[in-house]
Amino acid sequence: MIINRDLCDICGSCVAVCPADAIEISEFKVTILDEVCINCLKCIQVCPIKAIKEGN
Amino acid sequence: MISSKYDVVVIGSGPTGSVTARYAAENGASVLILERDREPGIPVRCAEGVSHNGIAPFIDIDQRWIASRIETAKLTAPNGESAYLYNNGIGYVLERRLFDNALAELACRNGAQLLTKANATGLVWKNNRISGVKYTHLGQKKEVLCDLVIGADGVESRVGRWAGIKTDVALKDIDTCVQYTMVDIKVEKDTIEFFFGTDISPGGYVWIFPKSEDTANVGIGISGHMATEKGPKYYLDNFVERHFPKGKITCRVYGGVTTAKTLKKIVKNNIMLVGDAARQVNPLTGGGIAQGMHAASIAGKIAAEAVKREDFSSQFLKKYRKEWDIRLGNIQNTMYSMKEKVINMSNDRFNRLVKVCQGIPRDEFSLKKLFTEAVKGDPKLILDIAKAFVVYKMK
Ligand SMILES: Cc1cc2nc3c(=O)[nH]c(=O)nc-3n(C[C@H](O)[C@H](O)[C@H](O)COP(=O)(O)OP(=O)(O)OC[C@H]3O[C@@H](n4cnc5c(N)ncnc54)[C@H](O)[C@@H]3O)c2cc1C
Ligand code: SF4
Ligand code: SF4
Repeated sequence: MIINRDLCDICGSCVAVCPADAIEISEFKVTILDEVCINCLKCIQVCPIKAIKEGN
Repeated sequence: MISSKYDVVVIGSGPTGSVTARYAAENGASVLILERDREPGIPVRCAEGVSHNGIAPFIDIDQRWIASRIETAKLTAPNGESAYLYNNGIGYVLERRLFDNALAELACRNGAQLLTKANATGLVWKNNRISGVKYTHLGQKKEVLCDLVIGADGVESRVGRWAGIKTDVALKDIDTCVQYTMVDIKVEKDTIEFFFGTDISPGGYVWIFPKSEDTANVGIGISGHMATEKGPKYYLDNFVERHFPKGKITCRVYGGVTTAKTLKKIVKNNIMLVGDAARQVNPLTGGGIAQGMHAASIAGKIAAEAVKREDFSSQFLKKYRKEWDIRLGNIQNTMYSMKEKVINMSNDRFNRLVKVCQGIPRDEFSLKKLFTEAVKGDPKLILDIAKAFVVYKMK
């Protein structure tokens, strides 16, 4: 998964739906750990600003 | 000075973290709150609506953090027809930044310590027991020891996950939201508005929560499983274009509100979850402030009791769960069933519901009257009416 950091508002919605605990969040940025991600695509669907795309 | 050991460490200084900390400290526990942002309450990611009865038990109402006082709610159906709901008690649109700060101050005055710019990054484990929190503060890695960790870290919560609690929600159990704070628009200062309809806000609603005569939080939440490529922004932009073409936007926020049941597990040995982190949000309305504060008042007292008894076992901490279920958890489950129905409600039903509301004169408006009118005209609407009322009362 690729996050467009210019779009991401660090709202945490993607973290709330991730079944794999593959998303880390701090006050400055959100990071998806590709090695943990199971490609369920839930984060892409929930993101209110559509900042996440498939790929790595 | 921050010590190296506390009875209780609370992660997050949103409303629930601060209220938990306050009740725990007031009842004798030593408490540290870790907050990753520079101050409590920022960035605001909220429509800021609460009912008076929801928050009054936990803080004295102070005009400093109230933007407007709400007396009525207005529902607008997909066909554009509107109805007012009267006589339902007072509500407020808050200044959340100031409100959250006031709650954090209350916690501190009662003995809790607050460390901002402190981002929790994991738990400290000793002999397979949770015994503290790892965090970064001003670029340095640190640790603080404690007997009890409380995860009040919001919708983005990771604390539960660190403890092995399953916290992820289904797409149908989260609303994906966008909100604009708008100025130079005409709104009714004492009225909150809700707009329904499958083309307006699939599986959710648009809200207008006024902050003054010409400013308001205008937002939308759509059910996660109905959020296609379009996303909530598409629908909100359409709405704003139609209703406030000349308005200006002073703030844009994005966010998620869970519309789930409370998590199956909200305690484990040496750990409790509260508020959004425990998914203690009203699933029908997305209101989480008052519910979270209520849960926090229970959790804080039980945390202090655990400290007195030196018993941090999940067995003991389950008292919090039991008390929560009795006070609001069971109601939340009912709301959840209603939500399941409401997200699939047709435009036609929304239209009919508003029509029934319209038929009742202002001074005669009551839930009872609404029911009587509904039974006369359209018995099947009763459930829908209950839902609509709840939207207003519980937000
Ligand atoms: C668009 C939108 C509109 C809403 N409108 C309303 C409304 O009108 N009325 C209502 O009642 N509710 C509303 N809600 C829900 C409401 O905002 C939440 O339920 C409420 O904020 C929950 O409080 P909390 O204390 O549990 O979490 P939060 O207020 O989210 O606080 C969590 C805190 O934890 C901190 N934190 C997170 N992770 C860490 C970490 N690792 N280390 C340190 N600190 C951390 C965060 O910085 C934050 O300060 C809305 C939500 C959204 C998104
Ligand atoms: S695709 Fe699924 S598993 Fe991967 S980061 Fe997104 S939500 Fe998590
Ligand atoms: S849901 Fe989107 S905007 Fe929100 S934190 Fe995740 S990537 Fe960023």
